[in-house]
Amino acid sequence: MFGDYSISDLGAILAMQGFAGLILFSVYVLMALGLAIIFGQMGVINMAHGEFMILGAYVTWMTSNAVQHVAPWLFPGYFFIAMILAFIASGALGMLVEWALIRHLYKRPLDTLLATWGLSLILQQAYRSIFGAREVGVELPEWMMGSWQATDSIQIPINGMFVMALTILITIVVFYILFWSSWGKQVRAVVQNRVMAGAVGINTEKVDRYTFGLGCGIAGIAGSAFTMIGSTGPTAGQLYIVDTFLVVVFGGAASLFGTIASAFSISQTQSTLEFFLSGSMAKVITLLTIVAILMVRPQGLFALKVRK
Amino acid sequence: MSDETKPGLKSPLRRKLLMGMAALPAVSMLGRPAFADVPATSAVNTTGLAVTDSEVTVGILHSVTGTMAISETGSVEAEKLAIEQINAAGGVLGRKIKFIQEDGASDWPTFAEKAKKLLVNDKCAAVMGCWTSASRKAVLPVFEQYNGMLYYPTFYEGLEQSKNVIYTGQEATQQIIAGLDWVNKTKGAKSFYLLGSDYIWPRTSNKIARKHIEGHLQGCKVVGEEYFPLGSTQFNSVINKIKLTKPDVIYAIIVGGSNVAFYKQLKAAGIDLSKQTLLTISVTEDEIDGIGGENIAGAYACMKYFQSLDNANNKAFVPAFKKMWGEKTVIGDVTQAAYLGPWLWKLTVEKAGSFDIDKIAAASPGVEFKGAPEGYVRIHENHHLWSKTRVGRAKADGQYELIYETADLVEPDPFPKGYQ
Repeated sequence: MFGDYSISDLGAILAMQGFAGLILFSVYVLMALGLAIIFGQMGVINMAHGEFMILGAYVTWMTSNAVQHVAPWLFPGYFFIAMILAFIASGALGMLVEWALIRHLYKRPLDTLLATWGLSLILQQAYRSIFGAREVGVELPEWMMGSWQATDSIQIPINGMFVMALTILITIVVFYILFWSSWGKQVRAVVQNRVMAGAVGINTEKVDRYTFGLGCGIAGIAGSAFTMIGSTGPTAGQLYIVDTFLVVVFGGAASLFGTIASAFSISQTQSTLEFFLSGSMAKVITLLTIVAILMVRPQGLFALKVRK
Repeated sequence: MSDETKPGLKSPLRRKLLMGMAALPAVSMLGRPAFADVPATSAVNTTGLAVTDSEVTVGILHSVTGTMAISETGSVEAEKLAIEQINAAGGVLGRKIKFIQEDGASDWPTFAEKAKKLLVNDKCAAVMGCWTSASRKAVLPVFEQYNGMLYYPTFYEGLEQSKNVIYTGQEATQQIIAGLDWVNKTKGAKSFYLLGSDYIWPRTSNKIARKHIEGHLQGCKVVGEEYFPLGSTQFNSVINKIKLTKPDVIYAIIVGGSNVAFYKQLKAAGIDLSKQTLLTISVTEDEIDGIGGENIAGAYACMKYFQSLDNANNKAFVPAFKKMWGEKTVIGDVTQAAYLGPWLWKLTVEKAGSFDIDKIAAASPGVEFKGAPEGYVRIHENHHLWSKTRVGRAKADGQYELIYETADLVEPDPFPKGYQ
């Protein structure tokens, strides 16, 4: 297929394809991070993850409308406000859900699967009743659309770079919170031994609630960011949920490093294959590879060693 | 018009709507004066359908919950509008239409179950419904077994024909061939990149497109053909391939949420649709709402109806629709096709002089609807519609500007020879 093209053409495509892979990588990390925190640190399988993301997307849409009406001069920068609001909204809803639903099910982890799946249906129908069944179009400031002309033939999408920068920032913050802050130490203590953590005076209920809130809040930010590249509708969350679980499970459920490594390998495989095959075939081969690897190594790429 | 003349309607929107009716001379002209001579029920209904001396019951069967609610909402709205208007104009054979609405819930077995309920329990004289081909395939055996009548609104892949279905949208050849000819002639397009979501409609449509490009257009070739899983949100790789192969035309049949991702990423990747020709058959005004007009401005769409069409019927239809469903609603191709369903049924019943399904099926060919917002349609022997094919260009405000329309009605050909 490359016979007819010049070297510089191919070089440009290679560079752009490399960026496409990196952008896909950032997207995967961003959507999986919230789930990885909840699944990895709490063992809760949150099937409503996609709906928390879409809540973030709807918050972005409302912010965009509000800013256009109230303070149009703010519009170029509204996206940052929207992301903060999305974090707060999804995080608050997450804490509410943890309090009302999840905390009663910690001893029955498989039931959380069912309960959160029900929750996802409830949320979808709620979005449909509140915002209407049709998709909404989120208007973006002009500077976020379009591409950066690196050379004559290389164009890099600006929103892709934005997602990359955002992902790096959020990953650093999450790592800081979990591995260096004292609250992070409490979270990890609860993960490793809940009873002992309680005995040394850690309020495990509070830790659970904030952990769940943090995971959902990050999902909200992801949803907000994805209004740049995807659709916003009542069921749009379903578009992400499969990939998200794939990344988290493949990476090893309890490991954030694993999540990142798995996002990287899946995204690179996917985008390379997509270039040589059609989109559907690329997906099939990626999934088959993952299934094969998980059969050999069911704990995923990285597994945390925990004393059971 | 006072409330007493409207015994069959329970919609809370009735009053609001009736006020809107006054502004609809084109539509009310179509109705006969009411209650002139109402034929006896025993004469017009010999098979036990839900027809009384004053009422006739029809079904509406679409998804108002689940994934497909995004698309099907417009169809439900259009069908309710048509029913209200027909009632305001005197009903069908002097009888008011009463509707029973069921929710297919985006689930094909549910569609079949609800179809059975509408036909067996409710004895509906006709059903307006379905959207995806999968749902239509699921209900088809039910309609054939219990001898019902389905008015199906969506443009679809063809390869089907039934005595019990009237297809009010375009089948694939109607929608595809005229558009390809147009882009070849006016844009001098020689190379095409075919894209689609991975299911039967885009695949069949692209197959027809490929046969036409390679077999009927001089010196034209397909430089790529690709499919993406439904719901796919990442298109950067294929966009790079498009940049590499530099096709004259991107031919896109992507549906649902993927659409939004595709056009946003296309724009972000620096592909300027005012320079790169893109022709789609899957993006109506409804989808643009989600995509954002600024992201798709410049793209061409090939279908039979655009909200911006400039004719007397459409000028009455659009305000009536907005009056009933809100200023901000938009009307896409399928919504308009759904609006045709109740009207075509009414006209067919009046032509047949009976509600009996067999008589309607036999009377359907040749029925013309001059009040169609798209202009004029006529039912073909194969139960599809003769209709014009049009090309529109998307504008930043989310509307299409009409660029081209076929001079004559295009004949529906659900089993195209040489295209399979």
